[in-house]
Amino acid sequence: MSSIIQLSNITKFYQVGEEKVHALDGVSIQIQKNEYVAIMGPSGSGKSTLMNIIGCLDTPTSGLYELNSTNVSDMNDNELAKIRNKEIGFVFQTFNLLARSDVLHNVELPLIYGGINSAERKKLARAAIERVGLTDRIHHKPNELSGGQRQRVSIARALVTQPSILLADEPTGNLDTKTGDEIMMLFDMLHKEGNTIILVTHEEDIALHAHRRIRLRDGKMEVDEAIKNRKVFTQPKTVMA
Amino acid sequence: MKFVFDEFKEGMAIAFAAIRANKMRSVLTTLGIVIGIVSVTLMGTAIEGLDRAFNKSIAMLGSDVLYIQKWPWGDRGDDWWIIKNRKDVRIKQAKDIEKYSELAKAVNPATGAMRNIKYGQKLVENVIVIGTGSEWLETSGATIAFGRFFNRLEGDGGRPVCSIGSEVAANLFPNENPVGKVIKIGGYAYRVLGVFDKQGSFLGLQSLDNRVYIPINRFFQEFMSHRSDIQIMVKAKSVADLENTKEEVRGILRKSRGLEPKEPDDFAINQQELLIQTFNTIGGVIAAVGLFITGMSLFVGGIGIMNIMFVSVTERTREIGIRKAIGAPRRTILLQFLIESAALCLIGGIIGIIIAFPISLIIDTFLPTAMPLSVVAIALLVSVIVGVISGFLPAYRASRLDPVDALRYE
Repeated sequence: MSSIIQLSNITKFYQVGEEKVHALDGVSIQIQKNEYVAIMGPSGSGKSTLMNIIGCLDTPTSGLYELNSTNVSDMNDNELAKIRNKEIGFVFQTFNLLARSDVLHNVELPLIYGGINSAERKKLARAAIERVGLTDRIHHKPNELSGGQRQRVSIARALVTQPSILLADEPTGNLDTKTGDEIMMLFDMLHKEGNTIILVTHEEDIALHAHRRIRLRDGKMEVDEAIKNRKVFTQPKTVMA
Repeated sequence: MKFVFDEFKEGMAIAFAAIRANKMRSVLTTLGIVIGIVSVTLMGTAIEGLDRAFNKSIAMLGSDVLYIQKWPWGDRGDDWWIIKNRKDVRIKQAKDIEKYSELAKAVNPATGAMRNIKYGQKLVENVIVIGTGSEWLETSGATIAFGRFFNRLEGDGGRPVCSIGSEVAANLFPNENPVGKVIKIGGYAYRVLGVFDKQGSFLGLQSLDNRVYIPINRFFQEFMSHRSDIQIMVKAKSVADLENTKEEVRGILRKSRGLEPKEPDDFAINQQELLIQTFNTIGGVIAAVGLFITGMSLFVGGIGIMNIMFVSVTERTREIGIRKAIGAPRRTILLQFLIESAALCLIGGIIGIIIAFPISLIIDTFLPTAMPLSVVAIALLVSVIVGVISGFLPAYRASRLDPVDALRYE
């Protein structure tokens, strides 16, 4: 079985004034379909850079990145945009919803850029909103929703294009513990449904939801291990609460 | 194609949402375009009015009539002094043309002076008294409303008769029929034979209705020496014959004025065509300068739009980042901001036309004009173009934003 993500010897330099900063220094990772991976590390470890590269928001200085067996490491801006649209679903710490648009339009947006026609778009968006349990909030604006609800909207937006990977950057960082747990249960459910999930976090607790843990330090891979004592929720019914 | 349409629709929705969200700012920004469009359309309207007024006046001259005068129309060049010292055009020349010309349909001398006119107690000051021949109607194209013009016999005989302009008639005879009444022109008694139709003014300057017409032979007795400078109007049999008529008349005049074969003409044969050429040159310059100056205000408006679009892009850096992260290509972001600035300008253009239209009606009261549909269409097109041009740089900058940086922007 071929990997969904194949990173080979990825490096990323930033030029800060005179100094060359090694954000990533020879990182190689393979991620298979339906894996649930947590990427961890203290700030400055390069995990944000790694996430940006995996999410095709940025390209590596050197090294090879194959996503679904396609080399994306030296694509141009517009090609990357297309890949992001089709293959990657982002879930951000700060939700990053469009404030002036309602839930439906926010979820619909990736489909507009994907060139899906209006009727199909509405159908897919409604289905995604239903999966995160927000059907009754479909015409609300983000500022009329709670933090947990906003994160659900952003998960629905990430799901709507049926991407190869869900990329979540500190998805519970702006939520209280209870809401955070609900969001993590949602991720667990999505994983069970066959999605590949990459979780970027610095919270051990959150990382315990994943099956595999990758630790970065100073731009290098420190640990890559399977998680044995996974956190399992006993009351999956509350997911839709 | 479908995709582009959807993108466009999305762009429109975003643009109007953004404009609505910043109402005050949008209105103030648009003001520059409003002022620009108002001034440009009004200038266009005024130029149109100038054109129409000129064409109307010039039509009165008649395209088949030659005007023999000392002074040429249009460009006089550096010959001012030479022309001033020319011999006057005299009544003798009119008589010679009449006698010898085969191509002329009508020949008519004319000259004028300003006098006061009285009828009983009523006085009209500064009326132009035209001394002319009996063929005035033929050469000028003017028409009589009632009564008649003096005939050949009365004209040649210098009878004390006159036909009066409609304005003079209205002032002297508000409640009675002027025909047959005797009026005093500069103290001399004349019997009114007829009244002219209303003619308006020439180039908006001189009323053609505040005039009286008397036989030129009488005019020479009572108002001016018969040796004074006059003009002679020669109507050709047809427009096609105009050039031949002109050559014939030139020959007759040269002989009549005793010119040697090598001497240049010491008179001018003017025609409508000359004025049209002169006007087209002057009118073109006025239009170009006027539109350039008013166009500057539109340009300033465009700079305002560009400025506010830069602000808008900066403010929405994060939104741009989000859109890019979920797959918006550069083109879409570019289009989004171009639509926004074009929409701003188009709104300005529409408001501008709504303001300019009633003003053009006011202009119409002293310069016959109407805001031409073409000016409206061009104004709207120009405002969209201004929007696209001034929005381009900000939109381009937005489209080139790095999604990582844009998402991190606070």
